Order: sequence, then structure tokens, then C-alpha cells
Amino acid sequence: MFAYIVRRLALMLVTLFGISVIIFVLLRVVPGNIVDILFDAAGFVDPTDKANLEKELGLDQPIVVQYLRWIGGLLHGDLGYSYVSEKPALQEILPRIPITARLAGLALLFSASIGIPLGVISAVNQGTRLDYALRVVSLSGLSLPSFWLGLLILMASVSLFGSMPIFNPNPKTWTEAIAIYCVPAMAVGFRSAALTMRITRSSMLEILRQDYIRTARAKGASERSVNYHHALKNAVLPVITVIGIEAAFLIGGLIVTETVFNIPGIARFLVEALRWRDYPIVQNLVMLIAVVVVVTNFAVDMLYAAIDPRIRYTD
Amino acid sequence: MIEGGEQMRSVRALAAVVICLLAASDVALAAEPKQGGILRVYHRDSPGSASIHEGATYSVNVPFMPIYNNLVVYNQSVAQNSIDSIVPDLAESWAWSKDNKTLTFKLRQGVKWHDGKPFTSADVKCTFDMLMGKSQQKFRQNPRKSWYDQVNDVTTNGDYEASFNLKRPQPALLALLASGYTPVYPCHVSPGDMRTKPVGTGPFKFVEFKANESIKLTRNPDYFKKGLPHLDGIEFTIITNRSTAILGFISGQFDMTFPTEVSIPLLKDVKTQAPKAVCVVEPNNVATNIIINSSSPPFDNLDIRRALALALDRKAFVSIMFEGQADIGGTMQPGPAGLWAMPKEMLETIPGYGPNIEANREEARKLMAKAGYGSDKRLAVKVATRNIPIYRDPAIILIDQMKSIYIDGELEVVDTAQWFPKVARKDYTLGLNLTGNAVDDPDQSFYENYSCGSERNYTNYCNKEIEKLFDQQSEETDTAKRKKLTWDIDKKLQEDVARPIIFHSRTGSCWQPYVKGITIMVNSSYNGFRYEDVWMDK
Repeated sequence: MFAYIVRRLALMLVTLFGISVIIFVLLRVVPGNIVDILFDAAGFVDPTDKANLEKELGLDQPIVVQYLRWIGGLLHGDLGYSYVSEKPALQEILPRIPITARLAGLALLFSASIGIPLGVISAVNQGTRLDYALRVVSLSGLSLPSFWLGLLILMASVSLFGSMPIFNPNPKTWTEAIAIYCVPAMAVGFRSAALTMRITRSSMLEILRQDYIRTARAKGASERSVNYHHALKNAVLPVITVIGIEAAFLIGGLIVTETVFNIPGIARFLVEALRWRDYPIVQNLVMLIAVVVVVTNFAVDMLYAAIDPRIRYTD
Repeated sequence: MIEGGEQMRSVRALAAVVICLLAASDVALAAEPKQGGILRVYHRDSPGSASIHEGATYSVNVPFMPIYNNLVVYNQSVAQNSIDSIVPDLAESWAWSKDNKTLTFKLRQGVKWHDGKPFTSADVKCTFDMLMGKSQQKFRQNPRKSWYDQVNDVTTNGDYEASFNLKRPQPALLALLASGYTPVYPCHVSPGDMRTKPVGTGPFKFVEFKANESIKLTRNPDYFKKGLPHLDGIEFTIITNRSTAILGFISGQFDMTFPTEVSIPLLKDVKTQAPKAVCVVEPNNVATNIIINSSSPPFDNLDIRRALALALDRKAFVSIMFEGQADIGGTMQPGPAGLWAMPKEMLETIPGYGPNIEANREEARKLMAKAGYGSDKRLAVKVATRNIPIYRDPAIILIDQMKSIYIDGELEVVDTAQWFPKVARKDYTLGLNLTGNAVDDPDQSFYENYSCGSERNYTNYCNKEIEKLFDQQSEETDTAKRKKLTWDIDKKLQEDVARPIIFHSRTGSCWQPYVKGITIMVNSSYNGFRYEDVWMDK
């Protein structure tokens, strides 16, 4: 087990190194850097001023030197500084992490707490009206783009309550605090909840046909005990895999949700930084996301063993 | 009966007087500005920096103009910018020398920067030396350096007098100095700090700028204009999603929309859902135009360029995109808002501007046939444009209209980050572009967009004869004569198909009914955001 963990950790480092190279090279392959954008948007290009700025930002150096500078800084906790705001990148990124983390956490919680029970209900009531209704809900969750759902929620909120849950760093009331996080989390988590529900349903249906379930019923176990104790526990493994993958994909949904609900999190910040080719911000944010994805995958793998005693990681 | 009637008349007269007095007192009370309150405005995007001199978009001017003062400024309560609406700001007065080559400003005394240091003529010299590239300190970028091409140097006489010494007379200099783009910066603050922590003398002090989040300003209690500003502060919340921003305004979370950013269709929604909101639609001196690369085939052929200009149905653009609320004109913004536009009868003599579209297109088809094109041999071109609706939408209409003269256009949308580099490199054949003018003055427009070698002359148009006329109008001190020269130049530019102007847009701005003192400028989107007179009646 220990050797397995060490091997996985080493693999994680190799993966992160590969990602860092890919991010760095891709960013520089995309046409235009921040100097082009700043100068050409101004409509006036003085080649000397432009060259001076490229030198100031270190963009005149060979790409390998630029990469080594970045990685060297990263290992020492120096993330560089934002080309746009001219503030340290860490200072720009840090305050945004808890906002997005809260939102992502709530979205995953919403996804699991809605998706798993509804999936179970749908499976145990297979072929009934309730099952069909829940399947329609899950299909709509997969079909509705989160930006559109977000806008619908905002419009409904303005129309019904005369206000909308737009982000406020200092909410005045508890309800406002809940609204500014929970409503966007629901908008982004709805799709994920739908997927979780469908996976739970299909996994449950498969388990419910197993011999040991029949045996449990024959032994007189209650339906509740059969469904939740015997079946769900064994059906949950693929669900955990999906939630783990969804956690990684969540950042895509968060970009639009943070934009629609005007939440100053890292997802929206990443898009803005990309627009400005603010390399230090983009590189460090993508690395951060990569770390989250890699660690989540690792955690999910570890969870398998914890949940299913049949799974053993061999050295 | 007569007596009773007279009494009745007297009572009525008395009642009328009382009502008038009450109404008058009510108006007086209503007009008396109230102090206090934070004005909440949404901002359309996150500006690159807080330094107006380094910016080239009004996304910078709107939130940061309240921090600064100019030497002179356009009167903030007069909608039309003109020489007559220029008022003193940091300068108490100004005077031209007899030869019109020196412009001297007497400066206010006792003005302090927000950090407490005194404002003097050295700050004026510093600012303009930096703008002219003559200073040790340099801006990262200096997009309006060419505005000061005719300024030899800026000299000071004591702490409270500064003079601009010109190479030749340029009456428009005063107009350029009055723009929101021309604040005076402090000598003792570096350009780098001005990008992140700006210091000014203006009615509001900088508090914070969180990129992609918010910009906060607070009242300057030591503002040199006594009793101003009325507001305690201004908060700009950056909301890039237009639907969210508008919903925020409708729900009352904002006191004002981002100025001149509400499109005509969206304005209808606002008026329906927030009927009490005050909304105006004004021209903004932004011209939608076609950029034609005349240095490469097929548009190096003047006949094809002329055919393209003749194919335009400008009214169709205006009707589809603005529900009729936009203006047709030449390079200079059309009247009555624009000051320098040629008269309608003169405009209609320019090929392509006449009312008979079918006749124009028939002529265009003849020109195309002369160039070797027809229904059996159509010309295929790519129409490049920036990938945002205000560029993309007219490009699609243009492609449709070009079909009538045997030109098949293919839309090529270009990412914003790549758009300006692409057109600056002249890496296009045909493009649809928007040109915003900071000052309604021919000097700004002609030199910037049509002068040989100018960075913003995207079409490579170069005509030495017309260049002489640019200088001639620029030196002319008689406004009537200058106007006549401007009309002739504008007409010639359109006839040469230098950059065919399709229309001049109009946009909406809305604010809640309790917000008072807002004036939306009608011939520029860059000069009216000082906010010192704005107050809230609540």
C-alpha cells in the first residue's frame, strides 16, 4: 500500500511537470502577448516602447529561460506578478481561492445530496410515473446549459423578489450570504446532480438484480435496509468516480456561473487573464487547477479501498 | 354678479399665484443638491489600469476621470462639447499670443494633490513632457502622443503659469486639452504608481481597484471647488455579463448603467421592466466604417472601391441595428450633435449617399463590370471583423448588401486580442471597423485616421494634397472658414473611398430617477465623467 502511494505521488509529480510544460508552451503559441494587446489596443505602436515593455516583463528572453524562471519561482513560492494589475500574482490569486472553493464545494454537495437519493428512488421505483418524472428532470439537468439556467434564476429572482443574488463580499444578512453562494452552486451543480442521479440509478438497478440482494430479502431484511444498506453501499463506487471526474470538470461550469452571477472567483479570473495574456496569472491558475484535479483523482482512488474492502492496492 | 365674478377672478388669480409659488418653491427645493450617498454604477469590463494617459478606451475614463482635473475641461453640464463649452479647471484663465503660437494658462493657487502635496506649474510641465516623450519618466504606452505634435515645449513662469509653445497655430489644442483624456498628473508620483494607485486633484480620491471586481472612489473633502462633490463616493462593480448587469440595474442594485452602453433593443427591456428609470439615447461619436486594404488586389482598383461605396444602403443598417436611431454622415459626426459635419445637401452629392439605392447599385455594377466582374464571375473576399456583436452584426449586413454587386463576402471573425494587431499589420482585404473619436474636432479625426503613415490609418490611404488641406484647416483660426475646409476634406475623403463611413451610432444610458446632475455628452464618449455635480435625491 505504502509503495503504491509513493508511486502514485511520483506519478503525480511527473503529470504536473508535463502539464506545466504544456501550459507554458501553449500560452506562447497562442498569437499575441500582453504587449501586443496593450499597444495595439491603444492604436499606437512605438517599437522602442514596445521593446522596453517586453524587456521589463522578461518576454524578450528565450522560452526555456522564461520557463525555468517561472518554475524556479514557483518552487520558492514566488508566483511572479500580474502584468495587468502589477500586483504579486499570489496576492491576486489567494483571495479568490476560498470563493471558488466554497462555490465548488457547495455545488458538489448539492450534486451528491440530490443526485444520489433521487437515483436510488428512481431505481427502486423503476418503470413507475415517479421514475419517469425523475428521469425527465435528470435529462433536463444534462440538457440545460448552466449559463442559461443561471440567467433564468436571476430573471426569476428579479421578477419575484425584486432583487437578485449578485455577489457581495460583505453580505448584510444570513439569507443574503446563503443566497449569493447557494443559488449559483445550485445552477452549476444541477447538471452534475443529474449525471450523479443517472449513474446512481443504473448502478443500483444492476446491484438490485444480484443474488445477494435476493438473499437479503429472503432473510427478511426490510426494503429500506436492502436498498440503502446492501445495495447503495455497493452501487456507490461508480458514483464516486463520476463525482471525482465532475469535480475536475466543475471549473468549466464555474467559468460561466461566476460570470453570470458576477462572482470574483478564480474561474472567471482565469478567463480574464487569458484575454489579457497575463501569463503569470494563467500559468499559476492552471497549475493550481491541475493540482486540484490530480489530488482529487488520487483521493478518489484511495476512497475506493476505504469503501470497498475487496479492493486492495498491492505493492 | 359682475362683482362676484371679479371676486371669483381674484380668488382664481390668487390661487394661481399660490400654486405657482408652491410649484416654484418645490422646483427650488428639488433643484437644491443634497449631499451624501454612494453612487453605484456597474462597469462593463475591467480596465487595464487606472492611468488615463495610458488608456485608449473609455472603460478607463468613466471610473477614473473623477480622480483628476485638467487645465481646462468641457463644461460637465453641457451636452455638446465645443470651444464655447470649455471652462477653467486647474487653470483659472488662458490666453493665446498674438501670433496664435503660444497658449498661456494662469493656474489656480492653493490646490492640493490627494496626498497633500501642492499642485504647481511643474506638474503641468511634467505631464506634457511625458506625453511628448521628453521626460526621463516614461509611460508604458502613450497612445495620444501625436496630439502634441505641434507643441514645441511647455514652459513655466513661476509656480502658477504654464505656456504651450507651438510650431504653428493650432486652435484645436485647447479642445484636446479639455478632453477627459488629458488630466494633469503629479510630478512626484511615478507612471507605474499612477496605473495602480492614482493620485489626482479631483473631486474623488482613489480607494481601491480590484481587477474584475470593483473600483471604489471616495469624496475628496479638500476639493478646491467649494461645496463639491455632492456624493460621498462612487462604487463601480465590474460585471462583464451584460444581461446580469442590466438585471442588476432593473432590480435597483445599481443607480446607473455604464454610460452609453445600453443598446437600443436592451433599452426597451429596461423601460418595460423599470418604467421609472430615466433613459436617454444619444450619439456617441463612434463611426462604423469599412476598412479597405487599397495596397493589395482587388481593392487597389479604385473602381472596385467606388462600387463598394455605391452598394451601401446605409438606412438599412440604421433601421436593422438601431431601429432608425442612428445617423448617416461622413467622417465628422453628423449634426446637430456634431459640430463639423457637412450639410445634408452636400453629403447627398457624394456617390453612394444619394437616396436612390437601386440607381447607385446599377452604377456600381457597371464599375464592377469594367473591372471584369459580373454575375458569371463573382468576386470572393473575406470580410474581417472583431468578434463582438457591435462589429459582427453590421459585417453580416454588409456581406448581404455586397451580393448585389457581384461580391461574395465570407465573414472572418477575429478575437479581440488579435483584431488591432491584424489591422495595424494591414493583414486583411476588407474589414468592418468602429472608430471612436475622443474630441469632436477635425484635427483629432483627420490626422489620426487619414494621415500618411499614421498608426491608426488602417487603410494605407495617403494623399499628399489632402494632407496639405489637413494642415490648412488645423492652422485656421476663423471657425467658419475652418468648418468650410473641413467639409471639403470630408467630402474628398468619402469620394476617395478612404474609409467608407456607414453610420454613426447612438447608444442608451439609464439611471434611477433619484440620481440628478447626469449629463451624457452628445459628441464624445470620453469627456463627461467628472461626476462632481452628480447628487442623489434620496
